[in-house]
Amino acid sequence: MFSVKAIPTMPHRPLALLVVVVLAASACSSGSTTPAPVVTQAPVVTTAPGATATVTPTTGPIGGTLTVMGTWSGDEQTSFLAMIQPWVNQTGVQIKYTGTRDINASLNQGIQTGTLPDLAGLPGPGQMAEYQAAGKLIKLNDVIDSATYKANNSSGLVNLGMVGTDIYGVFIKASVKGLIWYNPAVVDVSKGAPKTWDDVKALATADASKAKAAWCVGLESGAASGWPGTDFIEDFVLRTAGPDVYKQWYQGKVKWSDPKIKAAFQDYGDVIKASYGGSNYILSTNFGNGGDGLFTTPPNCLFHHQASFITGFSKFKTGTAGTSYDFFPFPDIDPAYSGAVEGAGDLFGMFHDTPAARSLMAYLVTPAAQSIWVGRGGALSPNKLVVNYPDDIARRSGEILANAKTFVFDASDNMPTAMNAEFWKQILVFVKDPSKIDAVLADLDAVQSSAYGS
Amino acid sequence: MTVEGRAQDAKEDPNRNPASKRVIKVLRRAPVHVALFALLFVWLIPTIGLFINSFRSVDSINSTGWWTVLTAPSGLSLDNYRQVLGQQDLGSKFLNSLYITIPATLIPTMIAAFTAYAFAWMKFPGRTWLFLILVALIVIPLQTTFIPIGRFFSNFFGTNINGSFLAVWLAHTAYGLPFAIYLLRNFMGSLPREIFEAAYIDGASPVTAFFRLALPMSVPAIASLVIFQFVFVWNDLLVALIFIGGNTDNQPLTQSLASLVNSFGSGWQYLAAAGFIAMIVPLLVFLSLQRFFVRGISAGSVKG
Amino acid sequence: MDTRIITALEVVLVVPAVLVGYILATERLISLAHGKWRERIRPWLWLTPAFVLLTAFLIIPTIQTIWYSFHNKDGSQWRGLDNYAWFLNGTGLESLINNVLWVVFLTVGTIVIGLSVAVLADRVRYESLAKSILFMPMAISGVCAAVIWKFMYWYQTPGTTQTGVVNEVITKAGQSPIPFLVDSDYKIATFALIFIMIWMWTGFATVILSASLKSISPELLEAARVDGANEWQVFRKITFPLLSPTIAVVSTTMIITGLKTFDLVYTLTANGSYDTQTIANEMYNQYFSFSQYGRGSAIAVVLLLAIVPVMLFNIRRFQFQEGIR
Repeated sequence: MFSVKAIPTMPHRPLALLVVVVLAASACSSGSTTPAPVVTQAPVVTTAPGATATVTPTTGPIGGTLTVMGTWSGDEQTSFLAMIQPWVNQTGVQIKYTGTRDINASLNQGIQTGTLPDLAGLPGPGQMAEYQAAGKLIKLNDVIDSATYKANNSSGLVNLGMVGTDIYGVFIKASVKGLIWYNPAVVDVSKGAPKTWDDVKALATADASKAKAAWCVGLESGAASGWPGTDFIEDFVLRTAGPDVYKQWYQGKVKWSDPKIKAAFQDYGDVIKASYGGSNYILSTNFGNGGDGLFTTPPNCLFHHQASFITGFSKFKTGTAGTSYDFFPFPDIDPAYSGAVEGAGDLFGMFHDTPAARSLMAYLVTPAAQSIWVGRGGALSPNKLVVNYPDDIARRSGEILANAKTFVFDASDNMPTAMNAEFWKQILVFVKDPSKIDAVLADLDAVQSSAYGS
Repeated sequence: MTVEGRAQDAKEDPNRNPASKRVIKVLRRAPVHVALFALLFVWLIPTIGLFINSFRSVDSINSTGWWTVLTAPSGLSLDNYRQVLGQQDLGSKFLNSLYITIPATLIPTMIAAFTAYAFAWMKFPGRTWLFLILVALIVIPLQTTFIPIGRFFSNFFGTNINGSFLAVWLAHTAYGLPFAIYLLRNFMGSLPREIFEAAYIDGASPVTAFFRLALPMSVPAIASLVIFQFVFVWNDLLVALIFIGGNTDNQPLTQSLASLVNSFGSGWQYLAAAGFIAMIVPLLVFLSLQRFFVRGISAGSVKG
Repeated sequence: MDTRIITALEVVLVVPAVLVGYILATERLISLAHGKWRERIRPWLWLTPAFVLLTAFLIIPTIQTIWYSFHNKDGSQWRGLDNYAWFLNGTGLESLINNVLWVVFLTVGTIVIGLSVAVLADRVRYESLAKSILFMPMAISGVCAAVIWKFMYWYQTPGTTQTGVVNEVITKAGQSPIPFLVDSDYKIATFALIFIMIWMWTGFATVILSASLKSISPELLEAARVDGANEWQVFRKITFPLLSPTIAVVSTTMIITGLKTFDLVYTLTANGSYDTQTIANEMYNQYFSFSQYGRGSAIAVVLLLAIVPVMLFNIRRFQFQEGIR
């Protein structure tokens, strides 16, 4: 989409920069007579305590063009391009970036016809495995510094990018799911954030008079409507049945009608019952506006359950982190599974083995690169070394990701697409009428029996 | 234009109607005007809403209806337009849209014209069945053709044309042809037989009959076909994404506009502004072809 | 940039020349043949360009689709009619019922409104403006149409400020707001979508019907009026019969459009939730989102079969047309 024009007169010297060095724009342009490229925030990367310092890949001019496709568009696209700008300046490669939500269709087409971008965001782990099986994805083991990559990234994410013992996809951006947002002016957490789900319910009862309802929920999200509900249910499954059942569930080995899954739906049903506006409002309201009720006077609700990226939406975007809104992580339910965290991220893979593609891939997994997007806001880095979060909320979200005892990936995103889509849809059916729980689960079981395998 | 003028005069020549008759005529026409105005008003509301919201921030759109601006104008700005027009390479994408759309409208229209003539006025065995197949092709979901066509393009007489304009031109031509032939065949088939018989008696060949009679008489149908093929191709995002893919040099305007919205759907308020900007060209095409929707074009050519 | 302009110009100039040249060249070729053969060869030569393109781009892929419909997801195993059985036992029936609603209401809606505007606007001086207003929704891209109707159908809880026009009117009239896009009762969501589509496609019907209307000889209408026929009689006895072939064409197109409806269903009602599923949306999911080529193809074939009655009707009509002209 946007062509990032390279500055061709870069000094021809290999740059071996430590992450502690102030990177990119400022460093590069000092030796050059051309005006500095516009990078809005020159990222300052500091080494997190106890982490190994890494070296950015050495790159000189490469030239030529590189085709990149991703799901990132709008402000995400701007951030991604800002993230690769220092690399573009160093290598002189012209980037041809296309951001599209139909990346699935485009890549499927490319797999069949052979016309693929050099690098691309992959729709999910399932598709990554398919593209790998088709022999189209390039193994990244020696493209990136895989030892450092494995050491500095959460193993939950690293494993998702692997087929067998080889890396085929990497995460360059992540998010933490299952954060519970509240308005500090309304909800009183001075006695400490809730430690258990019962604490949350007790807090809701204690503060019941302060808002019209306990929860705010918004499920509308175009064709993917319902996904915020899948996240909530996944949080329940993870904390009541544990990571093993969670895994078997998304692998299709635990039925939906299993009591453990059904219990999660029932817990979610209780949340819906205690939510503002009734089912029609919940179903009609876009997830981005789902938390707006925290900020009305009088407040519509006390809590809103959503991933870390909600800070880029609506009242969160216009408000001030920490004062107008805050969060506490989804608390434990069964102490046996304490410290489990659910997250998500965007996989990135390589289709053509060219020097430019290798170089950019290696650059993208470095803390230097990822700190640029993180610094601009709206993203967490899967890399523990990146700590330059723009505010306290983002920093704490990043820490949850980095320090998770058990990190699991969004279960629905791990399911086959047909299963995932049905999960989204059945959330809507369930919210409309929670008494239909058995029909909903039976339907999901029926899809499960055919969605896995061929 | 002169033809229209004449037609209007014949309809409402003031010299033939004294003032009193004109008043009666206006009164008798009143229900026509009322009905039309009511309908046009209903049809315009959504677009007016979009237009007003294109000047509002996402917060205002979310909190109050656009009609509140009509009584208390506030918070209007050009920010959404600035965001849309500030996109890099927008001009280039706009030109790409023209490069894609003009040939992808011209080629199918021309091919359809003589194919339709053959179906309408030439006798050959299997004509009915071939036409049946042709109409059935309109219903084919484009998605089922993408992979076979893409494979064909990847070795198109020895070269890979995926990503080129040629690929989208050919695809849009093929996708547009069934409807184009269907529409024109219907129109040409309803032309009076005597005209063609007279021409043949005068020694005209089918080629002459096609270029001199059938084509000029079908101008209104061809004009409407051009309008719709143009609009479909201009507004297309999917076919371009599939056959142009990641080749940013050749992508159309719709790709630029779609990427205003991020992967979570944030930024949709820009689409209102984008919609109006993208709509200008198809509207101009429509307005400039309006003059072919005039009574007497076909009749006039017959006499001539 | 320069090369793009040159290529585009070449195409705009060369392609018409080639096509006209092709017709003239075939005529040369035909003139070599003997009298009776000329008439036999000519039609095939005229049809060749279109059928070469259609064969390569639509007919061959469709044959593949039919083949896939009897196979598993990637075409590696024969599955007989399993995919069809799966569709009819699953969302098939709901989709078929919804598509019947789509076809009936979309076709009737666009034809009735389109025909009224074409005929009424023919009598007023602001005809061009009227038709432009009806055409505008066609010129708006699909993504924007979805945004527009979000503003129209927006729902907020009763008692709060409504942000959608329709619900504002409803609440001002003292009724409770209707959650149009999530309401499956009485298929409200489906009808809400059909209305959007009528809004978008009436311009199409108007323009084509109007083009046809303009080809009716004014002398014919004037003669009827002189004979004492009132406007309604003129419309019923002359205009309508003369327009009927065009009405049939527009109806056929709208029926097919109704059958192929998917993007509004996909984006506005959560991928066919709330009892709005359609055949084409299910096909899109299976074929495009889930890479279930077998199932997707079977649904595409169902779509093809669904228009057989429409085609038979068209064949009869064309035979009739040729019989009377």
